[in-house]
Parts: sequence; structure tokens; C-alpha cells
Amino acid sequence: MNLYDFIFYFFAALTIVSAFFVVTTKNIIYAAFNLLLTFFGVAGIYVLLGADFLAIVQLIIYVGGILILMLFGVMLTNKITNVQIKTEASFVIPASIGVGLFAGVLIAILLKTEWRNSPADIPISTLVPIGKLLMEEWAFVFILLGVLLLIALIGAASIARKE
Amino acid sequence: MIPIEYYLSLSAFMFIVGVVGVLTRRNAIIVFMSIELMLNSANLTLVAFSSYLGNPIGQIFVFFVMTVAAAEAAIGLAIIISLFRNKKTVNIDEINILKW
Amino acid sequence: MSIWLQILISLVQILFTASIILVTVAYLVYFERKISAWAQNRIGPNRVGPYGLLQPFADVLKLFFKEDIVPHAANKPIHTLAPILALVIALSTFAVIPIGPPIYIFDLKIPLVVADVNMGILYILALTSVGVYAITFSGWSSGSKYSLLGGIRSSAQMISYEISMGFSIAGVLIFSESLRPMEIVNSQAGFMWNAFVQPIGFITFVVAAFAETNRLPFDLPEAEPELVGGYHTEYSSMKFAAFFLAEYANMIIAAGLIVTLYLGGWQIPYIENLGLSYTLTTSLQILGFFVKMAAVLFFIIWVRWSLPRFRYDQLMNIGWKVMFPLSLLNLIWVAILVMLMN
Repeated sequence: MNLYDFIFYFFAALTIVSAFFVVTTKNIIYAAFNLLLTFFGVAGIYVLLGADFLAIVQLIIYVGGILILMLFGVMLTNKITNVQIKTEASFVIPASIGVGLFAGVLIAILLKTEWRNSPADIPISTLVPIGKLLMEEWAFVFILLGVLLLIALIGAASIARKE
Repeated sequence: MIPIEYYLSLSAFMFIVGVVGVLTRRNAIIVFMSIELMLNSANLTLVAFSSYLGNPIGQIFVFFVMTVAAAEAAIGLAIIISLFRNKKTVNIDEINILKW
Repeated sequence: MSIWLQILISLVQILFTASIILVTVAYLVYFERKISAWAQNRIGPNRVGPYGLLQPFADVLKLFFKEDIVPHAANKPIHTLAPILALVIALSTFAVIPIGPPIYIFDLKIPLVVADVNMGILYILALTSVGVYAITFSGWSSGSKYSLLGGIRSSAQMISYEISMGFSIAGVLIFSESLRPMEIVNSQAGFMWNAFVQPIGFITFVVAAFAETNRLPFDLPEAEPELVGGYHTEYSSMKFAAFFLAEYANMIIAAGLIVTLYLGGWQIPYIENLGLSYTLTTSLQILGFFVKMAAVLFFIIWVRWSLPRFRYDQLMNIGWKVMFPLSLLNLIWVAILVMLMN
């Protein structure tokens, strides 16, 4: 087992364990903390896959933006003084049947397909190719996403505003 | 060298955990977190394929998914906050009327 | 170069950087107290050692021997984790800030930066956004409403000012055409310091840096009169010391960033025309970096003892309605400049 494999197993274990705790823990703040670890694990795996730009963007957007917003949601929707942040699970049996079927399908696909297993040369930095693609080939989608974000901003502000 | 199946299994596991979360948890914020888990697993698959095929377009797609996820988080949180303001709960089973 | 030699060099660099930060923090606290004393016509610490120079060590010893109190309502694991997170993030941010040009020891080229990564600036942005968690978690886990309010205020403040900070950095990046801090410094050779080229971006960045480090006039998260100390109200002993250390380390990093991004880093204009030897030039440049950093730190402390605190709505107004448009304006200015130069 070389260093590369070891790093992969470390981040994979981090991701799996923390993702599991996100959905099983009763305390929302613990769930948020575990989600933080999951995002870190995924970012680490991005780095291993040679996607350094995406790893950093994952940290900036998911950890720095989305998860903080969720923590805000937790803190603003639970009474501050009597901390009521515990939640229960329900529909466990029907959910496990459905999920079991789904997992079976996924595993079958994983085993049946012949994956191409020779990794391409990992470039030293993906920054330049991604920037070129975003500004040339995908420029229109890029601008559309900017408009989408603007609409989301206005929408969020108007939904959450007090009348 | 790690074969691509490992990355895909990891991503499948994350997706399944996300589905379990959406199906069994009743707190809107936890459901929201589970959706993020599912989005992340899809992203992981895309990055793995992009890296193994040597094609950066997969990463562009992940970038787009992240942008949409950010927009979704902003709107979702606004909805949760205004729901809480009106109904004093974030349990999605208690939010069961179509009209206020 | 073998991998072990590389690891050894990295370890030495890490140790060196960490000790620089720790020593600087100790004396930064001392100078803050001295400068505040001058500002208020007092004497300041003068009992421990000559001119009170040993005061930082006395403070640290005192904190070591205090009892570690965890409130009954606190969430113990997260309450313990938050100060560690704050300190780790504060210490690891400095890794990408270059303090001088590469030096040569036995024909070995050693860059004077712990990690010369090509995502350096984005790495700093990512770590600042992770740093918000330490404060949010500490605020929530203390089980006190003052802490919680401080934590919520702080995270709102930091994510608001991160935006104008990001946009002002974007202006710098357009000029340097690289995310590598070394190349950003190299792009400011001569008098092409970014502070002169894009003054608006410089101002917005400095203001954002003040807000990110929770310094006055933006120290709402720990406003003593309203929040009894904010997010670290319920912390004592070493945990409090960790927050304290992290706060001052963040100040040093902010100063280092301002110097690297806007004040030419370790560049001294036209020093290469003097015909000095490489060793002398390099040492002068490293010295130059620290002098600039000290000047910025003095400025930060000076502002603290000169300006009153903003109200919370004023802070948000400034962040969203003044600083954010200004940083956009700076971006347009830089774009026009680059267009004219080509």
C-alpha cells in the first residue's frame, strides 16, 4: 500500500463515517459538524483525483457558504434558550426497503459494467484548462449561472423578509 | 493505484445515505443536508470520471452543480425561515396545508 | 532532491513559521497594551522585567494556571473542539504567505514559504471561511445567550465581508495572472504596488480584513458592553488562551496578506540597481517584509484605539451597500487598466 492509497482510504473512511452520522445523529449541530467533515473528505478526494481547483471551490462554496447558511437556519429556527435541536426518525421500514432496492441496483451496475481502469495523466493544475473552458466554450452557461444566482439572491431576500 | 470502482462505490454509498436521510428524517434542515450529500456524491462521480477519462468538462459540470447548490441553499434557507416564522416548526410532516 | 530532504525542509519551515507567529503574538499583545497606554496617556505594563518586556510570559503563565471551567449547559465535545479549530486554522493560514525571495543553501533552492502552491490565494479564502465555524460552534456550544448572539453576529459579519474581500482580491489576481502568492509579489516589482495601482481595492480589502479579524471598529462579536465578551464569554484558562492566540495570529496573517497582496510583499523598489550581493539583497528584502508587516500591525492597533465601534445595522450597511459596490468598482477599474495596458 503506497502513500496515495493510504490517503485515499483515509479520506474515504472520513467521508463514509461522517456521512453516516449526518443522517443518524439526533442533534442537528452534530449533523452539521459531521457534514463539515464529509465536505472535507470529498475535497480531499478531489485533490487525489487531480481536481485541485474544485477541491478549494468545494471548501469555499459548501463549507464557507452552504453549511454556514444551514447552521444559521438551525440557530434561527430553534429556541435559543431552551435548546430543542433533537429530531426523530420515522418511516424506517419502508425507507429501508426502498433504499435496499436502490442500493441493489447501484451495486449491480457497479459490478456488471466494465470500467475503463487506466487513469489518464493527471495534469499538474486544472486551473488553466477550466478557466479556458469556462470563458470560451461554456461562457453562455457561465453567464446564465450568474443570472441564476442573482435571481436566487433576490428571491431569498424577498421570501425571508418580514412583511 | 485506486481503481475507479472504489470512487464510484464511495459515491454510491454517499448517495444511499443521502436518500435514507431524506426518507427517514423529519427535520427540514436535516433533509436539506441529506440533499447536499446526494449532490456531493454526484459531483464525486463526475470528478472521478473526468479524471479517469482525462477530460476537464466533467469538472466544469461539477462547478455548475456547486453554483446551483449555492442558489438552492439560499432559497431553501429562506423558505425554512419563513415557514418557521409562520408555523413555529421545521418538521416537514406538520407542514401539510396547501394554502395558508 | 530526495523526498526525505524535502520533508525535512518543510518541517524546518513549519517550525520556523509557527515560532515566528507565536513570538510575534506575544509581543503584539505587549505592544497593543503599550500603544493603548500612549493613546490614553497612561504608562502601560512596566512591572514585569525591564519596561514590562516580560509581561506576555506572565500573562500566559497566569492563563495556564487558571481553572478550566466548562459551564453546565455547555455541549462538552464541541465546546472543547472550537478553540482547537480556531487555533489550527489561524496557524495554518500563514503557510502560503512568502516572506522573502528563494534563498540558496549549499546549492539548494529553498523558497521562503512553507507551501508554494498554485492555489495559494484561494487556500487562504477557503481557510477564512472555515474559520467562521470555530466562532459559530463556540458561540452555540457554550449554552449562553451572550455567546450565541456573539457567534451569530460574527458569522453574519464574516460571510458578509468575505464577499468584498474576494472581489478586491480578484482585482489583484487579474494583474498578477496567477493565484500563486510568489508570483503576485513578483508582479509588483518596482513601484507597481497594488496599493498604488488600485487604491479602492486596497481600501476595501483593508476594511474587510478588519472585519474578518474581528478588530475594532468591527468587533461586534465580542462587544464587551453588550455581550459581556461575546463568543468566548464562557471560556477560561487554556481554551480562552487558544482563542486569544488565534485572534492575534489572525491579525498577523491579515497584516501579512495586506503586505503580500497590496504593498509589494518583500519587494523593495529598485534595490537591484544598488549592486549589492545576492545575500545582502535577500536579507534586506526579508527585513523589508517584516518592517512593512510591523507598520500594518501598528496601523491596526492605532485604529483600534482611535475609532468607536459600529452599530450592528451600520456594520451590515457598510458591508453590503458601500464596500461591496466599491470592490466591484475596483474590479471594473482594473479591467479598464488591463485593457489600456495591452
